[in-house]
Amino acid sequence: MAEITLKSLAHTYVAKPQSPQDYAIREMTHVWHQGGAYALLGPSGCGKSTLLNIISGLLEPSEGEVLFDGQVVNALPPEARNIAQVFQFPVIYDTMTVYDNLAFPLRNVNTPEQRVRERVTEVADVLELGALLKQKAKNLTADEKQKVSMGRGLVRDDVSAILFDEPLTVIDPQLKWKLRRKLKEIHQRFGITMVYVTHDQLEASTFADKIAVMYEGQVVQFGTPRELFEVPAHTFVGYFIGSPGMNFLEVTVRGRDLYSGDTRIPLDEGLVSAAARSGSNNIKLGIRPEFIDVMHEPGAETLEVEVNRVQDLGTYSIVSCHLGQTPLKVRVEEGQHVEGPRCHVRFVPERVGLYVDEYRVELGQ
Amino acid sequence: MNKVRNNHAWWLILPMLLLVAFSAIIPLMTVVNYSVQDVFDPYTRFFTGTEWFQVMLNDPALQAALLRQFAFSLTILAIEVPLGIGIALIMPKQGWQASAVLILVTLPLLIPWNVVGSIWQIFTRGDIGLMGWGLRELGYGYNITRSPADAWATIVLMDVWHWTPLIALLCYSGLRAIPEAYYQAARIDRASKWAVFRFIQLPKLTNVLVIGILLRFMHSFMIYAEPFVLTGGGPGSSTTFLSQSLTTMAIGQQDLGPSAAFSLIYFLIILLVSWVFYTAIMHRQKDPTTQGER
Repeated sequence: MAEITLKSLAHTYVAKPQSPQDYAIREMTHVWHQGGAYALLGPSGCGKSTLLNIISGLLEPSEGEVLFDGQVVNALPPEARNIAQVFQFPVIYDTMTVYDNLAFPLRNVNTPEQRVRERVTEVADVLELGALLKQKAKNLTADEKQKVSMGRGLVRDDVSAILFDEPLTVIDPQLKWKLRRKLKEIHQRFGITMVYVTHDQLEASTFADKIAVMYEGQVVQFGTPRELFEVPAHTFVGYFIGSPGMNFLEVTVRGRDLYSGDTRIPLDEGLVSAAARSGSNNIKLGIRPEFIDVMHEPGAETLEVEVNRVQDLGTYSIVSCHLGQTPLKVRVEEGQHVEGPRCHVRFVPERVGLYVDEYRVELGQ
Repeated sequence: MNKVRNNHAWWLILPMLLLVAFSAIIPLMTVVNYSVQDVFDPYTRFFTGTEWFQVMLNDPALQAALLRQFAFSLTILAIEVPLGIGIALIMPKQGWQASAVLILVTLPLLIPWNVVGSIWQIFTRGDIGLMGWGLRELGYGYNITRSPADAWATIVLMDVWHWTPLIALLCYSGLRAIPEAYYQAARIDRASKWAVFRFIQLPKLTNVLVIGILLRFMHSFMIYAEPFVLTGGGPGSSTTFLSQSLTTMAIGQQDLGPSAAFSLIYFLIILLVSWVFYTAIMHRQKDPTTQGER
């Protein structure tokens, strides 16, 4: 059992890093609490696998410290860290039976056969591998193999955390949700810390209690799926979470108002003054497609947009439109009718976020 | 239902048949032809049936050569396979060292058979050869023209030197093909080095090893030029292998009938051993229940 702390951690694959771009992981401090179910979400190449390998000890970080329960483990190899890792492609020992595969990590540390049998039977039970125990692992299907890989992590009772590196990539879609449910079940039953790397927001939010979103080697936000959706801390989180992602309007401050191009955006005074105070010339407004209302009549708070396309997705439609030069997506519930070529929209005021230099500015601070 | 039967398409396999005929059947049939006849001169011949085959199979000199041949092939396989795997395991995987070692290891493979024999003939000479002279200086009465044991050891050593690189290269490529995740998983499972070798590397090498062993078996079973140049089959007939016996018979003594029969027997032995070996390995690999149902 362990709490995993990453202290001023940074990693680079370059011998002499010059700029922040040379770092696969930029300096970060982060804590994974004992027993949590976490997801590490981000696009390919954002450093999430690197981070995972640093935690498991397959990689040694170039800067900073990794602590398990307050103990620095930087120099400890993976075999000494009591951590299990499940890889993208199932790793099984071809020549062994399923039973021997599951027993392998225990036998490597000379566990008595009696104890091995107990543990393997228990884990096989949970993973529904009981009927396959005597089969050769080589002949299993991809999802069964992946279950065997997970099982090897679970049999060890000294394991304090299990790391998953996109474990469901090679699994058929209809089996994915089943395995995900299984993982959740295992998490509840064994209370092991789990860190799950993925680039799929749905996978992350169904598995994890808290999600760390990574972008260009940094954790840009760490929060519940709901927080990521409602108050994205970084424009990237806005784009990445939600489907379609958040709308961002580049705005400029002119006097006491914000303008997108030549269009004045009607907004709360607090937000406008916060934008003016920042003094930055990279100011964006973020609004989710869900929080833009389509109005029948023009009003004080409405904006006129040009409708390009209406995409019917069954229970709702996505309206693609343009506000001046800026593309906007608006989500319209079933039954509401939108007709072009122009219509009026209103931003729900309390749902508009202010982003200065890509980071969200909390109002009232 | 009335179907128009048109079998003209069969003509399309004619080119293939011709090709096979020229590559395999015609040359082989010549040998078959001689193996069942006794030919005196271009106009006189007798049909002998299986007589030559019986004679050959009962010839004690050939039986001894066959035994020596098996002993030789098994000896070099027993040395070259583990040694080749070992070399492949310690070869560097990256950087200029990898290329350099690869070239060094491959070098013996590029030398023609005759030349290998000549090199070793000189190398082992007592007066000017480094190995022959060196061993004598060390007080060992090394002489491949007099001691069958020395001759044998030298031929085995020569073959190991010449052909272990093949096994090493095959294994090296096999090892390179193992994804990194296997090693990482093994570390996390706290597997020992031996366990990594036994349960990851060796199973992944099975296929290349089958090819390597088959090639080396066939090759070594047909070995001719190297021992011929090095020892000439001696001392006595202690290093006379099958190919050499055959050549002596066919070219030296012009015994076309017996040597044709003998060629066929020779060919069938190689075919049979290779087939049995290949089938046994593939059968073991395919059958999932043999070890599962306990």
